[in-house]
Amino acid sequence: MKINRLALCGNWILERFPLAKVWNEHMTHYYAPRNFNFWYFFGSLALLVLVNQFITGILLTMNYKPDAKLAFDSVEYIMREVDWGWLIRYMHSTGASAFFIVIYLHMFRGLMYGSFKQPRELVWIFGMLLFVCLMAEAFMGYLLPWGQMSYWGAQVIISLFSAIPIIGDDLSLWVRGDYVVSDATLNRFFAFHVISVPLILVMLVFLHIVALHEVGSNNPDGIDIKKYKDEQGIPLDGIPFHPYYTVKDIVGVGVFLLFFATVIFYMPEMGGYFLEHANFIPADPLKTPEHIAPVWYFTPFYAILRAIPDKFAGVIGMGGAIVVLFLLPWLDRNPVRSIRYRGGIFKKALVLLVISFIGLGYLGTQPATPELTFFARILTVVYFGFFILMPIYTRWEKTKPLPTRVTEEHSLEEQLHTFEEQLPALLDELSEVKNTGPEIGDPAFRSSFFSRRPTAEGISHVLTRWLKKIITSLD
Amino acid sequence: MKFLLTLILFTALTSTGYASETVPLQEARINVADKTSLLRGAKHFVTYCLGCHSAKYMRYLRIAIDTSVDQSIVLKEIAPDGASIYDRLQSAMNKHDAEKWFGTQPPDLSLIARSRGADWLYSYLKSYYIDTSRPFGVNNLVFEDTAMPNPLWQLQGDQQAEHRKTIWGGYTELVSKENGQLSDREFNQFVNDLVNFLVYVGEPMQQERRSLGKYVIFFLVIFLIIAYLLKKEYWQDIYKKKS
Repeated sequence: MKINRLALCGNWILERFPLAKVWNEHMTHYYAPRNFNFWYFFGSLALLVLVNQFITGILLTMNYKPDAKLAFDSVEYIMREVDWGWLIRYMHSTGASAFFIVIYLHMFRGLMYGSFKQPRELVWIFGMLLFVCLMAEAFMGYLLPWGQMSYWGAQVIISLFSAIPIIGDDLSLWVRGDYVVSDATLNRFFAFHVISVPLILVMLVFLHIVALHEVGSNNPDGIDIKKYKDEQGIPLDGIPFHPYYTVKDIVGVGVFLLFFATVIFYMPEMGGYFLEHANFIPADPLKTPEHIAPVWYFTPFYAILRAIPDKFAGVIGMGGAIVVLFLLPWLDRNPVRSIRYRGGIFKKALVLLVISFIGLGYLGTQPATPELTFFARILTVVYFGFFILMPIYTRWEKTKPLPTRVTEEHSLEEQLHTFEEQLPALLDELSEVKNTGPEIGDPAFRSSFFSRRPTAEGISHVLTRWLKKIITSLD
Repeated sequence: MKFLLTLILFTALTSTGYASETVPLQEARINVADKTSLLRGAKHFVTYCLGCHSAKYMRYLRIAIDTSVDQSIVLKEIAPDGASIYDRLQSAMNKHDAEKWFGTQPPDLSLIARSRGADWLYSYLKSYYIDTSRPFGVNNLVFEDTAMPNPLWQLQGDQQAEHRKTIWGGYTELVSKENGQLSDREFNQFVNDLVNFLVYVGEPMQQERRSLGKYVIFFLVIFLIIAYLLKKEYWQDIYKKKS
């Protein structure tokens, strides 16, 4: 009887609200390619971190005071006197860094498998807008603890607006609400951090997912799974998102939480990268810290800013480093999406991009000495080179033929099994090499190879061979 | 790959170049679980530091709870006379006097271990030497021209800075000139207890954090195993379909 009434209640809602339809459309009847790999965990993880930031953020605002006189004390109050306050705060501060790790990996996946290409340009644009919003959210949130690095970081970044000709000074004054970063700045940043930017973030996440589900997910092979469908119109290589990818993503969540919990409970400062040491000193407008560095996730862009000698050009360079990412769908002229079937030149360019991004990230944390600035300049050129030269080098590419159906992903057991089978052979090979190899004192070491001196002819020969090898590998 | 190697090599070279300019720090032995060390450190803090420095986010009650010592003992042995167990570790010195006497206000020490690091504090407290050009007659090797006089001079005795020259460049060594009340070993222990206490004060719940961590990780490992088995169960039919 009771259950019957409950069912009636449920029906009453379902007749008036398309809950089942939405669920079906986006979960059980949303067909995702069956060959998703490791790189496809980060979308759902980003959503998890977003939820974490919302919940912990709401709890933090219950005890945080957005007031220049009280802010620092209220954070320490949360850390020491509020029940479980330390856990909530560490979850929020670690969550901020985790968000960027997850998002950077998510973006790299898009680059690697060409997920930004036709017809997913809009998915990429919404994603990039999300990234920009996330940077604004993180930047404003970082001011709130009102430590030295919060204060001076905000001071440096807001003063960048003043580099803009004519309106610059007035603009930075308008942003700050004062001539220096002050209580007025803290209050407006608090408002933006807890209300407006999160609202925009949620809306953009909604648009990102709606746009994605309209065109369907890309996959590691970068081929269209909708070409081959069965009698019911279901893609042959597609599987329902729920339950297959929901259970798979839960495994990803488990692995992620293991790392997340390890940081929270054993290294919440992460050696000064997640919580900077100087931020444990209350903000002091009269004492500039010797070395101002933003949090790690901004350092690549900060390094580009410092690498360019002129301030205004630096600001444009920093902005350009982000803007150029928006243009990616139109810069890449190669119709092949996945890196698996692209030419060697794109693979090498992507490796260079990763090196330059990580290198710039490291250099951004270091003081700007002449030598390091020189390296930052080289890496800035490499970073922009990847994008600006893209329309040229993607035309040269010699791509491989695309498969008609997705290639199979092997389960972990299968991989382990084949590895186990091949292990004895591999070990044999290794031990054989060891036995036949020459020992020290062996005449092999005194052979002509070691006594030969390099000649000009020999060097040029080696160089041409090496160059030829590189050129062929680019195709 | 070669490019990466050169980059790493160059950055490593340049960063070691900077490291040699600062004084190498001595290592403090930090163990926040050592409750007797914390109590000794608290006692030293109240005796030698609280005159000028507060630790305003810390209460005497918290010390009693975290070291599992009776409140009355903390009041009698550690807190200054007349303090209540609910009081914070607040210095009695007022701001105006401090600025008149030292030219600056002594900082609050609640978070000093988190901003400076334990090794820095340990080395700093041990690196005072006689310098008659300074207002208090002492200077510090780790923090040059510090405004703080040496509060522990009676315990440590006087040290003198001697410049040594080697083929790798010059360096400064501190040599004991006059023995203090404590032997070298006792003094090291004294400073270590004090720094240990400051590390604890920087994050009083750090013991709780670490002890809770293992349960959370244990739970997550179990969760991960179950999640993996669930995934395997569901995906069986996908793998079956293809073969």
